[in-house]
Amino acid sequence: MNFVIPSFTPAIPEIVLLTLTSLLLVADTMWSKRYEFATYYATQVILVIVGALILTSFTTETVTTFDGSFVRDAFADILKLAIVVISLGLFLFSKEYLLQAKFYRGEYFTLGLFSVLGMFVMVSAHNLITLYLGLEIMSLAIYTMVAMRKDHSAALEAALKYFVLGALATGMLLYGFSMLYGATGQVAFDAMAAVIDAGEVDHVVLSFAVVFIVIGLAFKLGAVPFHMWVPDVYHGAPTAVTLFIGTAPKIAAFAILYRLLAEALPGAVMDWQPLLVILSVLSLLVGALVPIVQNNLKRLLAYSGIGHIGFLMLGLIAANPDGYASAMVYTLIYAFMGLAAFGLITVLARTGHEFDRVDDFKGMNQRNPWLALMMLFVMFSMAGIPPFIGFYAKVVVIEEVVQAGFVWLAVLAVVSAVISAFYYLRVVKVMYFDAPQDTMKVEPVARHLTWAISLVAVALLVFGLFPSWVIDLGYHSLS
Amino acid sequence: MIALSDYLIFGAILFMISMAGIFLNRKNVIVLLMSIELLLLAVNTNLIAFSHYLGDVTGQIFVFFILTVAAAEAAVGLAIIVLVFRNRKTINVDDLSTIKG
Repeated sequence: MNFVIPSFTPAIPEIVLLTLTSLLLVADTMWSKRYEFATYYATQVILVIVGALILTSFTTETVTTFDGSFVRDAFADILKLAIVVISLGLFLFSKEYLLQAKFYRGEYFTLGLFSVLGMFVMVSAHNLITLYLGLEIMSLAIYTMVAMRKDHSAALEAALKYFVLGALATGMLLYGFSMLYGATGQVAFDAMAAVIDAGEVDHVVLSFAVVFIVIGLAFKLGAVPFHMWVPDVYHGAPTAVTLFIGTAPKIAAFAILYRLLAEALPGAVMDWQPLLVILSVLSLLVGALVPIVQNNLKRLLAYSGIGHIGFLMLGLIAANPDGYASAMVYTLIYAFMGLAAFGLITVLARTGHEFDRVDDFKGMNQRNPWLALMMLFVMFSMAGIPPFIGFYAKVVVIEEVVQAGFVWLAVLAVVSAVISAFYYLRVVKVMYFDAPQDTMKVEPVARHLTWAISLVAVALLVFGLFPSWVIDLGYHSLS
Repeated sequence: MIALSDYLIFGAILFMISMAGIFLNRKNVIVLLMSIELLLLAVNTNLIAFSHYLGDVTGQIFVFFILTVAAAEAAVGLAIIVLVFRNRKTINVDDLSTIKG
């Protein structure tokens, strides 16, 4: 019996993140009384350190370690960097909100870091066990974050719904995993794909597994008909937590979707492709029609996010490396747009006033013209109006799905994008053409937050003018 | 000799009981938590059965991980239920749909 010490090098960002976060968890209990914002600044420093570690050791090779359970490749590195950048932004936007909502606590930041760790593990997962652990590290931290506002009954209800349906989704996914393990006898993704390719697998058990796995993933992503928790959780959770749920976890969810369907189950494409077509069509329809009647902006963005998930799936339906790359581009761009949109609501919220209804934005142009312009950028980008980057995100996935032969699906996607422009433009119309309601005034937003929001929103325009850079990022890492 | 299919049917029955518990239960949230545990046990049964018949221990290792995480999950779930009860004095499923759009 020989014992081989595994190579720890590929997992150094995760190891550093885990160590520093655990130290921060202990340190927070000691210094939070004396130095109010120490935990916040430490969180940002930790994220910068981890980001720098990934950037300096960026690799385009594929390295696996820990007996093939952990992988590091260009795909993982790019997604992890995106998660770090988005997390830096969302912690920045959250701090003021937490102070205003009177539940500023160090745990928000430590839980957030643990959740980022979970996302890292998901992105780098190379077998079913690692994937499951990453998913749970992320989810358990987020359930707790939703429930952090202990006196707020809507937030607690949202937490309970999120917990029950999240656990149900995990259970579905695991049931699929157990079938997959039974069919292939493997847990590592590459070994599994090899066994399926060799045709040594009972096809009935395999399709059974695929159905459960796709349902579990659809629950996690919030694709129709497994979306019922999304609007309630986005609406009920404190806006800072909605900001968290709506951005970085989407990247990690896309990563596991890719790892499972494209890396482990390319041999079962005939089983999962039709399922994704159904999910995508329904998500596109619900994402286009339901937000029209919503008056709460968080709820509206939740439903529109369901539509975005439908778009993202178009890239996966194409089922070739270019298609996966287009879905990756879409995910990254969607996460940044979510950061800008929820970030804006977060920085505008004040004590006792969430600023999350569409009516709150009435006459925004007269009260804070600069932020109104930024909101216009975000809404145009989400609607997919050129020259904003959201347009190119839609173009790449639609192009891939047309090349894969699903022209009718592309037509449906375009129609749904046209319909959804209505409710995005309604927000713009309310800001520029409606009279402000005099009962509410917009308090000035801290200057550094205005700068940060402007940076993200203007980036949507700048990247839209030079889209090839973002698109190449996806295509080079996958195809 | 108990066949593999017997274990799988047992697992499927557990799975269906837990699904029924989650979707038909209109009374108590604790029952939802129990159903979720049952769902994970159905998975564990499957994994151990497959692991035994394949002659491969990986499935059993997987079960250890699931059991550990299930304990953490139950802790988080119960904590949330305690908070909800303190806030509303009820944990009836029917009373928990106040968020509307």
